[in-house]
Amino acid sequence: MSDTTDLQRTPLFETHIASKAKMVDFGGWHMPVQYSSIIEEHSAVRTGVGLFDVSHMGEIEVRGPQALDLVNYVATNNAAKLKPWQAHYSALLYEHGGTVDDILVHRLPSGEMFLCVNASNQEKDFAHIKTVTAGKGFDAEVDLASSRYAQIAVQGPKGLSTLQKLTKTNLSEIKYYWFADGEVSSTPARIARTGYTGEDGFEIYIAPSEAARLWNELLKAGEEFGIKPCGLGARNTLRLEAAMALYGHELTASINPLEANLAWIVKMDKGEFVGRAALEKVQTAGLTRGLVGFDMKERGIGRDGYEVWVDGKTAGWVTSGGPSPTLNKNIGLCYLPAAKAQPGASIQVIIRNSPVEAVIVPTPFYKRAKA
Amino acid sequence: MSYPDNFKYTKEHEWVLVEGDAGTIGITDHAQSELGDIVFVDLPKLGAAITKGSTFGSVESVKAVSDIYAPVSGEVTAINDALGTAPEKLNADPHGAAWLIKVKLSKPEEVSGLLSAADYQKYLGE
Repeated sequence: MSDTTDLQRTPLFETHIASKAKMVDFGGWHMPVQYSSIIEEHSAVRTGVGLFDVSHMGEIEVRGPQALDLVNYVATNNAAKLKPWQAHYSALLYEHGGTVDDILVHRLPSGEMFLCVNASNQEKDFAHIKTVTAGKGFDAEVDLASSRYAQIAVQGPKGLSTLQKLTKTNLSEIKYYWFADGEVSSTPARIARTGYTGEDGFEIYIAPSEAARLWNELLKAGEEFGIKPCGLGARNTLRLEAAMALYGHELTASINPLEANLAWIVKMDKGEFVGRAALEKVQTAGLTRGLVGFDMKERGIGRDGYEVWVDGKTAGWVTSGGPSPTLNKNIGLCYLPAAKAQPGASIQVIIRNSPVEAVIVPTPFYKRAKA
Repeated sequence: MSYPDNFKYTKEHEWVLVEGDAGTIGITDHAQSELGDIVFVDLPKLGAAITKGSTFGSVESVKAVSDIYAPVSGEVTAINDALGTAPEKLNADPHGAAWLIKVKLSKPEEVSGLLSAADYQKYLGE
Protein backbone atom coordinates (compact mmCIF):
# COMPACT_ATOMS: atom_id res chain seq x y z
CA MET A 1 0.00 0.00 0.00
CA SER A 2 1.19 3.50 -0.78
CA ASP A 3 2.05 6.02 1.88
CA THR A 4 -1.15 7.09 3.61
CA THR A 5 0.24 9.37 6.29
CA ASP A 6 -0.78 12.56 4.49
CA LEU A 7 -4.36 11.46 3.95
CA GLN A 8 -7.21 13.09 5.82
CA ARG A 9 -9.25 10.95 8.17
CA THR A 10 -12.91 11.06 9.15
CA PRO A 11 -13.95 10.78 12.82
CA LEU A 12 -14.83 7.15 12.01
CA PHE A 13 -11.33 6.21 10.86
CA GLU A 14 -10.53 4.11 13.94
CA THR A 15 -13.91 2.41 13.66
CA HIS A 16 -13.19 1.41 10.07
CA ILE A 17 -9.75 0.07 10.94
CA ALA A 18 -11.15 -1.89 13.87
CA SER A 19 -13.76 -3.49 11.59
CA LYS A 20 -11.01 -4.44 9.12
CA ALA A 21 -12.39 -2.39 6.25
CA LYS A 22 -10.21 -2.14 3.15
CA MET A 23 -9.01 1.45 3.05
CA VAL A 24 -8.13 3.51 -0.03
CA ASP A 25 -7.03 7.00 -0.94
CA PHE A 26 -10.11 8.80 -2.23
CA GLY A 27 -9.36 12.35 -3.29
CA GLY A 28 -6.91 12.82 -0.43
CA TRP A 29 -9.09 11.04 2.13
CA HIS A 30 -8.36 7.71 3.74
CA MET A 31 -11.70 5.99 3.25
CA PRO A 32 -13.18 2.48 3.44
CA VAL A 33 -13.76 1.03 -0.04
CA GLN A 34 -15.37 -2.13 1.30
CA TYR A 35 -16.00 -3.96 4.57
CA SER A 36 -17.06 -7.41 3.40
CA SER A 37 -17.92 -7.53 -0.29
CA ILE A 38 -19.04 -4.73 -2.59
CA ILE A 39 -21.77 -6.96 -4.03
CA GLU A 40 -23.11 -7.88 -0.59
CA GLU A 41 -22.99 -4.26 0.59
CA HIS A 42 -24.70 -3.12 -2.61
CA SER A 43 -27.41 -5.70 -2.19
CA ALA A 44 -27.99 -4.75 1.47
CA VAL A 45 -28.85 -1.20 0.34
CA ARG A 46 -31.17 -2.37 -2.44
CA THR A 47 -33.06 -4.85 -0.27
CA GLY A 48 -32.55 -3.77 3.35
CA VAL A 49 -30.29 -1.08 4.73
CA GLY A 50 -26.66 0.01 4.49
CA LEU A 51 -24.60 2.47 6.50
CA PHE A 52 -22.05 4.81 4.91
CA ASP A 53 -19.48 7.08 6.47
CA VAL A 54 -19.67 10.18 4.29
CA SER A 55 -17.98 12.49 6.77
CA HIS A 56 -15.44 13.41 4.11
CA MET A 57 -18.15 15.45 2.39
CA GLY A 58 -17.87 19.18 2.97
CA GLU A 59 -20.39 21.57 4.50
CA ILE A 60 -20.64 25.26 3.69
CA GLU A 61 -22.99 27.50 5.66
CA VAL A 62 -24.26 30.76 4.23
CA ARG A 63 -25.81 33.11 6.80
CA GLY A 64 -27.24 36.60 6.72
CA PRO A 65 -30.17 38.54 5.23
CA GLN A 66 -29.07 37.79 1.66
CA ALA A 67 -27.92 34.21 2.12
CA LEU A 68 -30.50 32.95 -0.34
CA ASP A 69 -29.62 35.61 -2.93
CA LEU A 70 -25.95 34.72 -2.67
CA VAL A 71 -26.63 31.01 -3.16
CA ASN A 72 -28.90 31.80 -6.08
CA TYR A 73 -26.09 33.78 -7.67
CA VAL A 74 -23.45 31.05 -7.32
CA ALA A 75 -25.61 27.97 -7.96
CA THR A 76 -27.69 26.93 -10.97
CA ASN A 77 -30.95 25.75 -9.40
CA ASN A 78 -33.51 28.25 -8.09
CA ALA A 79 -33.08 28.34 -4.31
CA ALA A 80 -35.97 30.81 -4.03
CA LYS A 81 -38.31 27.92 -4.86
CA LEU A 82 -37.17 26.03 -1.77
CA LYS A 83 -39.46 26.09 1.23
CA PRO A 84 -37.85 26.14 4.68
CA TRP A 85 -36.68 22.56 5.48
CA GLN A 86 -36.50 21.69 1.80
CA ALA A 87 -33.36 20.71 -0.15
CA HIS A 88 -32.40 20.34 -3.78
CA TYR A 89 -29.58 19.32 -6.09
CA SER A 90 -27.67 22.15 -7.73
CA ALA A 91 -24.32 23.03 -9.29
CA LEU A 92 -21.61 25.67 -8.96
CA LEU A 93 -20.28 26.86 -12.33
CA TYR A 94 -17.35 28.81 -13.63
CA GLU A 95 -18.11 31.86 -15.79
CA HIS A 96 -17.20 29.69 -18.80
CA GLY A 97 -19.98 27.26 -17.91
CA GLY A 98 -17.78 24.36 -16.74
CA THR A 99 -18.68 22.76 -13.44
CA VAL A 100 -16.95 23.65 -10.17
CA ASP A 101 -18.97 21.11 -8.18
CA ASP A 102 -22.36 19.50 -7.82
CA ILE A 103 -23.95 20.20 -4.46
CA LEU A 104 -27.00 19.85 -2.23
CA VAL A 105 -28.64 23.06 -1.03
CA HIS A 106 -30.75 23.05 2.14
CA ARG A 107 -32.88 26.03 3.18
CA LEU A 108 -33.38 26.68 6.90
CA PRO A 109 -36.28 28.66 8.39
CA SER A 110 -33.78 31.21 9.73
CA GLY A 111 -32.80 32.01 6.16
CA GLU A 112 -29.48 30.23 6.53
CA MET A 113 -28.49 28.06 3.58
CA PHE A 114 -26.67 24.79 4.26
CA LEU A 115 -24.64 23.35 1.40
CA CYS A 116 -23.27 19.84 1.20
CA VAL A 117 -20.37 19.67 -1.26
CA ASN A 118 -17.92 17.05 -2.52
CA ALA A 119 -15.04 16.14 -0.23
CA SER A 120 -12.13 16.92 -2.50
CA ASN A 121 -13.81 20.08 -3.82
CA GLN A 122 -14.66 21.80 -0.56
CA GLU A 123 -11.75 24.23 -0.35
CA LYS A 124 -12.04 24.95 -4.07
CA ASP A 125 -15.81 25.57 -3.75
CA PHE A 126 -15.37 27.84 -0.76
CA ALA A 127 -12.68 29.89 -2.51
CA HIS A 128 -14.76 30.02 -5.69
CA ILE A 129 -17.85 31.29 -3.87
CA LYS A 130 -15.76 33.94 -2.10
CA THR A 131 -14.14 35.02 -5.37
CA VAL A 132 -17.23 35.30 -7.54
CA THR A 133 -19.24 37.10 -4.86
CA ALA A 134 -16.47 39.52 -3.86
CA GLY A 135 -17.60 43.11 -4.39
CA LYS A 136 -21.13 42.02 -5.29
CA GLY A 137 -22.45 43.43 -2.02
CA PHE A 138 -24.36 40.40 -0.75
CA ASP A 139 -25.19 40.87 2.91
CA ALA A 140 -24.22 37.31 3.80
CA GLU A 141 -21.36 35.40 5.36
CA VAL A 142 -19.92 32.22 3.85
CA ASP A 143 -18.45 29.73 6.29
CA LEU A 144 -16.58 26.51 5.52
CA ALA A 145 -18.09 24.42 8.31
CA SER A 146 -16.86 20.91 7.42
CA SER A 147 -14.85 20.42 10.59
CA ARG A 148 -18.01 20.82 12.68
CA TYR A 149 -19.83 17.95 10.99
CA ALA A 150 -19.61 14.23 10.58
CA GLN A 151 -22.05 12.74 8.11
CA ILE A 152 -23.54 9.27 8.09
CA ALA A 153 -25.84 7.98 5.34
CA VAL A 154 -28.49 5.40 6.23
CA GLN A 155 -29.70 4.09 2.89
CA GLY A 156 -32.17 1.48 1.72
CA PRO A 157 -35.83 0.48 2.09
CA LYS A 158 -35.20 -0.28 5.79
CA GLY A 159 -33.30 2.94 6.40
CA LEU A 160 -36.29 4.69 7.90
CA SER A 161 -37.13 1.83 10.28
CA THR A 162 -33.49 1.67 11.36
CA LEU A 163 -33.03 5.37 12.03
CA GLN A 164 -36.49 5.75 13.58
CA LYS A 165 -35.40 3.60 16.53
CA LEU A 166 -32.90 6.28 17.52
CA THR A 167 -34.91 9.46 17.04
CA LYS A 168 -38.15 11.05 18.22
CA THR A 169 -38.43 12.99 14.94
CA ASN A 170 -41.21 11.37 12.92
CA LEU A 171 -39.20 10.36 9.89
CA SER A 172 -42.20 9.41 7.77
CA GLU A 173 -43.21 13.09 7.86
CA ILE A 174 -39.97 14.11 6.15
CA LYS A 175 -40.58 13.91 2.42
CA TYR A 176 -37.91 13.02 -0.14
CA TYR A 177 -35.45 15.93 -0.39
CA TRP A 178 -36.73 17.60 2.78
CA PHE A 179 -34.94 17.66 6.12
CA ALA A 180 -35.41 18.38 9.82
CA ASP A 181 -33.27 19.32 12.79
CA GLY A 182 -33.76 16.93 15.69
CA GLU A 183 -31.86 14.48 17.80
CA VAL A 184 -30.48 11.06 17.00
CA SER A 185 -29.62 9.08 20.08
CA SER A 186 -29.77 12.25 22.20
CA THR A 187 -27.32 14.25 20.12
CA PRO A 188 -28.38 17.15 17.87
CA ALA A 189 -28.65 16.02 14.27
CA ARG A 190 -29.68 17.42 10.93
CA ILE A 191 -31.72 14.65 9.32
CA ALA A 192 -32.14 14.92 5.54
CA ARG A 193 -34.08 12.47 3.40
CA THR A 194 -31.47 12.51 0.68
CA GLY A 195 -28.94 10.06 -0.70
CA TYR A 196 -26.66 8.92 -3.45
CA THR A 197 -27.79 5.34 -3.94
CA GLY A 198 -31.08 5.44 -5.84
CA GLU A 199 -32.86 4.17 -2.73
CA ASP A 200 -34.90 5.86 -0.05
CA GLY A 201 -32.79 6.86 2.92
CA PHE A 202 -31.37 9.56 5.12
CA GLU A 203 -28.18 11.52 5.46
CA ILE A 204 -27.54 12.74 8.99
CA TYR A 205 -25.19 15.52 10.00
CA ILE A 206 -23.84 15.32 13.54
CA ALA A 207 -20.95 16.50 15.70
CA PRO A 208 -17.73 14.59 14.85
CA SER A 209 -17.30 13.56 18.50
CA GLU A 210 -20.61 11.63 18.34
CA ALA A 211 -19.93 9.84 15.06
CA ALA A 212 -18.41 6.59 16.34
CA ARG A 213 -21.07 6.08 19.01
CA LEU A 214 -23.89 6.75 16.53
CA TRP A 215 -22.34 4.50 13.90
CA ASN A 216 -22.33 1.58 16.31
CA GLU A 217 -25.85 2.32 17.55
CA LEU A 218 -27.14 2.47 13.99
CA LEU A 219 -25.48 -0.87 13.19
CA LYS A 220 -27.24 -2.33 16.21
CA ALA A 221 -30.58 -0.74 15.30
CA GLY A 222 -30.38 -2.16 11.79
CA GLU A 223 -29.31 -5.65 12.85
CA GLU A 224 -32.79 -7.11 12.40
CA PHE A 225 -32.84 -5.79 8.81
CA GLY A 226 -29.42 -7.24 7.96
CA ILE A 227 -27.72 -3.84 7.98
CA LYS A 228 -24.20 -3.70 6.54
CA PRO A 229 -21.54 -1.03 6.79
CA CYS A 230 -20.85 -0.03 3.18
CA GLY A 231 -17.76 1.43 1.56
CA LEU A 232 -17.11 3.69 -1.39
CA GLY A 233 -17.13 0.67 -3.72
CA ALA A 234 -20.82 0.01 -3.13
CA ARG A 235 -21.56 3.73 -3.06
CA ASN A 236 -20.16 3.91 -6.59
CA THR A 237 -22.02 0.89 -8.01
CA LEU A 238 -25.26 2.11 -6.41
CA ARG A 239 -25.00 5.64 -7.78
CA LEU A 240 -23.95 4.34 -11.21
CA GLU A 241 -27.08 2.16 -11.45
CA ALA A 242 -29.10 5.26 -10.56
CA ALA A 243 -27.05 7.23 -13.19
CA MET A 244 -26.15 9.90 -10.64
CA ALA A 245 -23.17 12.05 -11.60
CA LEU A 246 -19.83 11.78 -9.82
CA TYR A 247 -17.70 14.90 -9.93
CA GLY A 248 -14.44 14.27 -11.76
CA HIS A 249 -16.19 11.76 -14.02
CA GLU A 250 -19.52 12.93 -15.47
CA LEU A 251 -18.89 16.53 -14.36
CA THR A 252 -15.61 18.43 -14.57
CA ALA A 253 -14.36 21.96 -15.08
CA SER A 254 -14.66 21.38 -18.84
CA ILE A 255 -18.14 19.86 -18.80
CA ASN A 256 -21.28 21.95 -18.31
CA PRO A 257 -24.39 20.56 -16.61
CA LEU A 258 -26.52 20.70 -19.79
CA GLU A 259 -24.21 18.12 -21.39
CA ALA A 260 -24.51 15.95 -18.28
CA ASN A 261 -28.33 15.71 -18.58
CA LEU A 262 -28.69 18.14 -15.70
CA ALA A 263 -30.77 20.84 -17.46
CA TRP A 264 -33.35 20.19 -14.72
CA ILE A 265 -31.10 21.84 -12.13
CA VAL A 266 -30.29 24.84 -14.37
CA LYS A 267 -32.94 27.56 -14.04
CA MET A 268 -32.11 30.04 -16.79
CA ASP A 269 -35.20 32.19 -16.01
CA LYS A 270 -34.37 32.83 -12.34
CA GLY A 271 -32.07 35.78 -13.01
CA GLU A 272 -28.32 36.25 -13.14
CA PHE A 273 -26.00 33.50 -11.90
CA VAL A 274 -22.37 32.62 -12.48
CA GLY A 275 -22.08 30.70 -15.76
CA ARG A 276 -25.48 31.73 -17.08
CA ALA A 277 -24.15 33.70 -20.07
CA ALA A 278 -21.96 30.79 -21.14
CA LEU A 279 -24.87 28.34 -20.90
CA GLU A 280 -27.07 30.69 -22.92
CA LYS A 281 -24.52 30.53 -25.72
CA VAL A 282 -24.43 26.74 -25.45
CA GLN A 283 -28.23 26.63 -25.71
CA THR A 284 -28.23 28.90 -28.78
CA ALA A 285 -25.52 26.93 -30.52
CA GLY A 286 -26.92 23.56 -29.46
CA LEU A 287 -25.17 20.86 -27.44
CA THR A 288 -22.15 19.33 -29.12
CA ARG A 289 -22.02 16.25 -26.91
CA GLY A 290 -24.21 14.39 -24.50
CA LEU A 291 -23.94 11.89 -21.66
CA VAL A 292 -25.60 8.53 -22.32
CA GLY A 293 -25.83 5.15 -20.68
CA PHE A 294 -24.64 1.92 -22.28
CA ASP A 295 -24.96 -1.81 -21.73
CA MET A 296 -22.09 -4.07 -22.78
CA LYS A 297 -23.36 -6.57 -25.35
CA GLU A 298 -20.20 -8.67 -25.50
CA ARG A 299 -17.99 -9.98 -22.74
CA GLY A 300 -16.03 -7.15 -21.15
CA ILE A 301 -16.41 -4.24 -18.79
CA GLY A 302 -16.14 -0.65 -20.02
CA ARG A 303 -14.29 1.32 -17.37
CA ASP A 304 -13.68 5.01 -16.64
CA GLY A 305 -11.50 6.61 -19.27
CA TYR A 306 -11.89 3.91 -21.93
CA GLU A 307 -12.31 5.18 -25.48
CA VAL A 308 -15.66 4.80 -27.23
CA TRP A 309 -15.99 4.30 -30.99
CA VAL A 310 -18.94 4.84 -33.30
CA ASP A 311 -18.72 3.48 -36.85
CA GLY A 312 -15.11 2.47 -36.31
CA LYS A 313 -13.94 5.92 -35.23
CA THR A 314 -13.11 7.50 -31.89
CA ALA A 315 -16.23 9.33 -30.74
CA GLY A 316 -16.09 9.70 -26.97
CA TRP A 317 -15.04 8.24 -23.65
CA VAL A 318 -16.43 6.30 -20.72
CA THR A 319 -16.93 8.45 -17.61
CA SER A 320 -17.96 5.63 -15.26
CA GLY A 321 -18.42 1.95 -15.89
CA GLY A 322 -18.55 -1.38 -14.17
CA PRO A 323 -20.67 -4.33 -13.27
CA SER A 324 -24.21 -3.69 -12.05
CA PRO A 325 -24.83 -6.03 -9.13
CA THR A 326 -28.60 -5.42 -9.20
CA LEU A 327 -29.08 -5.89 -12.95
CA ASN A 328 -26.33 -8.46 -13.36
CA LYS A 329 -24.87 -6.86 -16.47
CA ASN A 330 -22.04 -4.48 -17.28
CA ILE A 331 -23.12 -0.87 -17.57
CA GLY A 332 -21.56 2.53 -17.97
CA LEU A 333 -21.93 6.19 -18.85
CA CYS A 334 -20.11 7.87 -21.71
CA TYR A 335 -19.89 11.13 -23.58
CA LEU A 336 -20.65 11.04 -27.31
CA PRO A 337 -21.27 13.67 -29.98
CA ALA A 338 -24.89 14.83 -29.59
CA ALA A 339 -25.90 13.41 -32.98
CA LYS A 340 -24.65 9.95 -32.00
CA ALA A 341 -26.09 9.91 -28.50
CA GLN A 342 -29.25 7.99 -29.40
CA PRO A 343 -30.67 5.08 -27.38
CA GLY A 344 -30.55 1.86 -29.35
CA ALA A 345 -27.43 2.83 -31.30
CA SER A 346 -24.44 0.49 -31.38
CA ILE A 347 -21.12 1.68 -29.97
CA GLN A 348 -17.83 -0.01 -29.27
CA VAL A 349 -15.89 0.36 -26.05
CA ILE A 350 -12.15 -0.10 -26.48
CA ILE A 351 -11.09 -2.61 -23.86
CA ARG A 352 -7.37 -3.40 -23.83
CA ASN A 353 -7.02 -2.37 -27.49
CA SER A 354 -10.03 -4.31 -28.75
CA PRO A 355 -13.42 -2.85 -29.69
CA VAL A 356 -16.16 -4.55 -27.68
CA GLU A 357 -19.84 -4.15 -28.64
CA ALA A 358 -22.17 -2.08 -26.46
CA VAL A 359 -25.53 -0.41 -26.99
CA ILE A 360 -26.81 2.98 -25.85
CA VAL A 361 -29.68 2.65 -23.38
CA PRO A 362 -31.92 5.09 -21.52
CA THR A 363 -30.92 6.01 -17.96
CA PRO A 364 -31.25 5.50 -15.06
CA PHE A 365 -30.34 1.83 -15.32
CA TYR A 366 -32.16 1.20 -12.05
CA LYS A 367 -35.15 2.97 -10.58
CA ARG A 368 -36.68 1.93 -7.27
CA ALA A 369 -40.37 1.07 -7.11
CA LYS A 370 -42.35 3.94 -5.59
CA ALA A 371 -43.57 3.10 -2.12
CA MET B 1 -6.26 -20.01 3.63
CA SER B 2 -3.00 -21.92 3.40
CA TYR B 3 -0.49 -21.70 0.58
CA PRO B 4 0.27 -25.21 -0.75
CA ASP B 5 3.92 -26.20 -0.42
CA ASN B 6 3.93 -27.89 -3.83
CA PHE B 7 3.06 -24.58 -5.58
CA LYS B 8 5.57 -21.94 -6.68
CA TYR B 9 4.63 -18.25 -6.41
CA THR B 10 5.38 -14.86 -7.97
CA LYS B 11 5.54 -11.43 -6.36
CA GLU B 12 2.67 -10.51 -8.70
CA HIS B 13 0.55 -13.05 -6.79
CA GLU B 14 0.26 -15.92 -9.26
CA TRP B 15 0.96 -19.56 -8.45
CA VAL B 16 2.04 -22.48 -10.62
CA LEU B 17 1.92 -26.18 -9.90
CA VAL B 18 4.53 -27.97 -12.00
CA GLU B 19 4.17 -31.70 -12.74
CA GLY B 20 6.76 -32.86 -15.28
CA ASP B 21 6.56 -30.39 -18.15
CA ALA B 22 2.94 -29.49 -17.34
CA GLY B 23 2.07 -26.41 -15.30
CA THR B 24 -1.25 -25.34 -13.77
CA ILE B 25 -1.50 -21.58 -13.16
CA GLY B 26 -3.74 -19.55 -10.90
CA ILE B 27 -3.85 -16.44 -8.71
CA THR B 28 -3.22 -16.56 -4.99
CA ASP B 29 -5.66 -16.23 -2.15
CA HIS B 30 -4.03 -12.91 -1.30
CA ALA B 31 -4.73 -11.68 -4.85
CA GLN B 32 -8.42 -12.62 -4.80
CA SER B 33 -8.80 -11.09 -1.35
CA GLU B 34 -7.23 -7.79 -2.45
CA LEU B 35 -9.40 -7.67 -5.57
CA GLY B 36 -12.67 -8.40 -3.82
CA ASP B 37 -15.70 -9.73 -5.72
CA ILE B 38 -14.38 -11.06 -9.02
CA VAL B 39 -16.82 -10.57 -11.88
CA PHE B 40 -14.84 -11.23 -15.04
CA VAL B 41 -11.87 -13.33 -16.10
CA ASP B 42 -10.16 -12.86 -19.45
CA LEU B 43 -7.96 -15.81 -20.48
CA PRO B 44 -5.84 -16.64 -23.56
CA LYS B 45 -6.94 -19.10 -26.22
CA LEU B 46 -5.84 -22.72 -26.41
CA GLY B 47 -2.46 -22.98 -28.10
CA ALA B 48 -1.46 -19.42 -27.26
CA ALA B 49 2.13 -18.85 -26.17
CA ILE B 50 2.72 -17.16 -22.84
CA THR B 51 5.99 -15.64 -21.69
CA LYS B 52 7.24 -15.48 -18.11
CA GLY B 53 6.73 -12.01 -16.71
CA SER B 54 4.32 -10.91 -19.46
CA THR B 55 0.58 -10.54 -19.02
CA PHE B 56 -1.54 -13.36 -20.40
CA GLY B 57 -4.96 -12.27 -19.16
CA SER B 58 -6.82 -10.21 -16.64
CA VAL B 59 -9.11 -10.54 -13.69
CA GLU B 60 -11.70 -7.89 -12.97
CA SER B 61 -13.39 -7.25 -9.67
CA VAL B 62 -16.30 -4.87 -9.18
CA LYS B 63 -13.90 -2.02 -8.65
CA ALA B 64 -10.82 -2.70 -10.78
CA VAL B 65 -8.99 -4.58 -13.50
CA SER B 66 -5.85 -6.50 -12.67
CA ASP B 67 -3.42 -8.04 -15.16
CA ILE B 68 -2.22 -11.59 -14.64
CA TYR B 69 1.45 -12.28 -15.32
CA ALA B 70 2.80 -15.59 -16.52
CA PRO B 71 4.94 -17.28 -13.83
CA VAL B 72 6.50 -19.48 -16.53
CA SER B 73 6.72 -19.58 -20.33
CA GLY B 74 4.84 -22.15 -22.33
CA GLU B 75 1.92 -23.06 -24.55
CA VAL B 76 -1.65 -23.04 -23.26
CA THR B 77 -3.07 -26.58 -23.21
CA ALA B 78 -6.25 -25.99 -21.21
CA ILE B 79 -8.31 -23.07 -19.94
CA ASN B 80 -10.75 -23.18 -17.05
CA ASP B 81 -14.01 -22.55 -18.92
CA ALA B 82 -16.02 -22.66 -15.71
CA LEU B 83 -14.68 -19.19 -14.81
CA GLY B 84 -16.42 -17.70 -17.85
CA THR B 85 -19.83 -18.22 -16.30
CA ALA B 86 -18.81 -18.36 -12.63
CA PRO B 87 -15.88 -15.95 -12.08
CA GLU B 88 -16.82 -15.74 -8.39
CA LYS B 89 -15.28 -19.20 -7.97
CA LEU B 90 -11.95 -17.37 -7.94
CA ASN B 91 -12.91 -15.80 -4.62
CA ALA B 92 -13.95 -19.13 -3.16
CA ASP B 93 -11.23 -21.53 -4.29
CA PRO B 94 -8.29 -19.73 -5.89
CA HIS B 95 -5.80 -22.54 -5.17
CA GLY B 96 -8.09 -25.35 -6.31
CA ALA B 97 -11.13 -25.45 -8.58
CA ALA B 98 -10.51 -21.91 -9.83
CA TRP B 99 -7.18 -22.54 -11.55
CA LEU B 100 -6.89 -20.36 -14.69
CA ILE B 101 -4.90 -22.21 -17.36
CA LYS B 102 -2.67 -25.21 -17.90
CA VAL B 103 0.48 -24.92 -19.96
CA LYS B 104 3.20 -27.08 -21.45
CA LEU B 105 6.39 -25.52 -20.13
CA SER B 106 8.86 -24.35 -22.76
CA LYS B 107 11.56 -23.37 -20.26
CA PRO B 108 11.26 -25.62 -17.20
CA GLU B 109 14.41 -24.04 -15.76
CA GLU B 110 12.37 -20.87 -15.07
CA VAL B 111 10.65 -22.58 -12.15
CA SER B 112 13.72 -22.41 -9.96
CA GLY B 113 13.47 -18.60 -9.92
CA LEU B 114 10.01 -18.61 -8.34
CA LEU B 115 9.13 -18.24 -4.66
CA SER B 116 8.42 -21.14 -2.34
CA ALA B 117 5.24 -21.07 -0.24
CA ALA B 118 7.28 -20.00 2.78
CA ASP B 119 9.07 -17.24 0.86
CA TYR B 120 5.82 -15.98 -0.65
CA GLN B 121 4.13 -15.74 2.74
CA LYS B 122 7.20 -13.99 4.10
CA TYR B 123 6.94 -11.55 1.18
CA LEU B 124 3.26 -10.92 1.99
CA GLY B 125 4.18 -10.21 5.57
CA GLU B 126 6.70 -7.52 4.66
